[in-house]
Amino acid sequence: MFGFLKRLFGFADNKQTGSTQTGSSSTSEPKLSLSPSDSEKRGDQIHAEYVIVGAGPAAVCAAETLRKNDAEGTILMLAAEDAPPYSRMAIPYVLTGLISEEGTYLRGDDDSLGKKAISVHHAKAIALDPNSKSLSFEGGGGCSYNKLLIATGASPIKPPVEGLDLPGVHHCWTLADARAIADKAGEGAEIILMGAGFIGCIILEALVSRGAKLTVVEAEDTMVPRMMNTVAGNMIKLWCQNKGITINTSTRVTGVSQGTGQLDVAMDNGTSKSVDLVVVATGVKPNIAFLDGVGIDMDEGILVNDMLETSISDVFAAGDCAQGPDFATNGNSVHAIQPTATDHGHFAALNMVGNKASYQGSLNMNVLDTVGLISTSFGQWQGVEGGENVELIDVDNFRYTYLTFDGDCLVGALTLGRSNNVGVMRGLIQSRIKLGGWKDKLLEDPNRLAEAYIACRQ
Amino acid sequence: MQNSLHINPDSCTGCHQCVLACSDRHGDDFSPIKSRIQIFRFEDEGRYVPYTCTQCEEAWCQKACPTNAISVDGNGALIVSDAQCVGCKVCTIACPFGTINYNADTGKVIKCDLCGGAPACVEACPTDAITFVNSSTTGFDKMRKWAAKTDAGSQPSA
Repeated sequence: MFGFLKRLFGFADNKQTGSTQTGSSSTSEPKLSLSPSDSEKRGDQIHAEYVIVGAGPAAVCAAETLRKNDAEGTILMLAAEDAPPYSRMAIPYVLTGLISEEGTYLRGDDDSLGKKAISVHHAKAIALDPNSKSLSFEGGGGCSYNKLLIATGASPIKPPVEGLDLPGVHHCWTLADARAIADKAGEGAEIILMGAGFIGCIILEALVSRGAKLTVVEAEDTMVPRMMNTVAGNMIKLWCQNKGITINTSTRVTGVSQGTGQLDVAMDNGTSKSVDLVVVATGVKPNIAFLDGVGIDMDEGILVNDMLETSISDVFAAGDCAQGPDFATNGNSVHAIQPTATDHGHFAALNMVGNKASYQGSLNMNVLDTVGLISTSFGQWQGVEGGENVELIDVDNFRYTYLTFDGDCLVGALTLGRSNNVGVMRGLIQSRIKLGGWKDKLLEDPNRLAEAYIACRQ
Repeated sequence: MQNSLHINPDSCTGCHQCVLACSDRHGDDFSPIKSRIQIFRFEDEGRYVPYTCTQCEEAWCQKACPTNAISVDGNGALIVSDAQCVGCKVCTIACPFGTINYNADTGKVIKCDLCGGAPACVEACPTDAITFVNSSTTGFDKMRKWAAKTDAGSQPSA
């Protein structure tokens, strides 16, 4: 089978473009085929009805939804990394040792995608030509499509600080990064973590679990500033400090240089530190540079409408690279979280097969466990004009509930120290449930969220 | 057609036997906080509401899972593989019903698994407020429609 596909794709003589995995074995299953006219024109050209650029959660969810709604159409996924489709979100748990690298694979390695006749081809798309409806691959070759989904995800941002190219400075983004970090972050290793945002805090948990001595450097004056207000962010900071982690907020790394056996890290608070490893988690940006000059509408990410269509016909976008409808603001936002990625993938696929489906928009939300303190964040926790809010603080026990309302609907929520029924906050916000008399009850006791949800939906 | 839980709050007396039976069946002793079914009390109305997972067809929890730890078993229940769950809790915020929860003792999430086809809560309920019946004869489809309405916009536009 494998040999057959290599011949089919014309890759037998071109190892650089990688390998293709598929499990299709029955002759009745859909197969990729060369488009004769294209093949004459462009040589090594694969054709598939549906091409998905990317192999993360948005891509896998889209591929499976496509197959569920179109038993025949050929589906090709392009994976830029040398691994089966996997979830980056799971990488920190490889570092904690909870799972092996295989544990990050979105559909295991049992070829369940192949069984659905979804082909995964290892190649990086470097150019899109919407006129000929084709993509070019790094190292040669390419493919053509009838419908295209761009789900290229995001990449970590490297801040303009000298020395971040030195060996021993890593992002924690790919499986390769995880291997490099695991190599250096052993028991007692001195580590500087740049960035205490959401991703930084997940990595923080993983590094601490490995017994590393951690110093966190965050430019903002609180932890997870885009997920939590100052009160909750500072409670998280105090919790971490109580666990023996050094947290420097309102601080920047000004330079990294090679010392003897260690890296010397200088900070703008006038101090410096010798460490074994520097982990950089200072934000991510959508992978859209390969679309420059194509004429596709982009802002922070690729702009898509409620059907996940881009400004170019037959081209859709989903996941971290897409700036899609925002449930709360009615504008377009990049919400780089897995629930949004899979929602995007699902709705894009429905529209790609022609089952017109309108996406209500993504709700920004997050959940974090910072060395045992669970925090959640939903929707417009910053509040809305003319809205009301309620705050319940128990500093000693690290418990916090903050709710924001617009009229008698919940529009945002923050919690610390709560792990039961947290999903009802999404339910209340996203269904725009009218709380009626329950709003006053919540203003009195915001912890009655689950009761409010159940009472109002009955 | 598969069986599913049918809950009739009007018959619930709030005795909590379902809650204790659930936590016991799942090896968590008699611990209400670790029960997969909960009873909500609305005392000013004299009303008790048993509450658990409806086993969604397009399940948010399953889609949100980064490690493929949630799958559908032969009874139509969405079940969590403890070996694959890393305790990231993303499913707990993705589920708009709040019926998948984190258990700090195990570091894994827990949810109703229909006990492999013989739910302990049903056996324990003395008033038939919780029954396990053919899905087509229950209000289950109605619940699923309600679930779909709560979806991030799953209603077709045309």
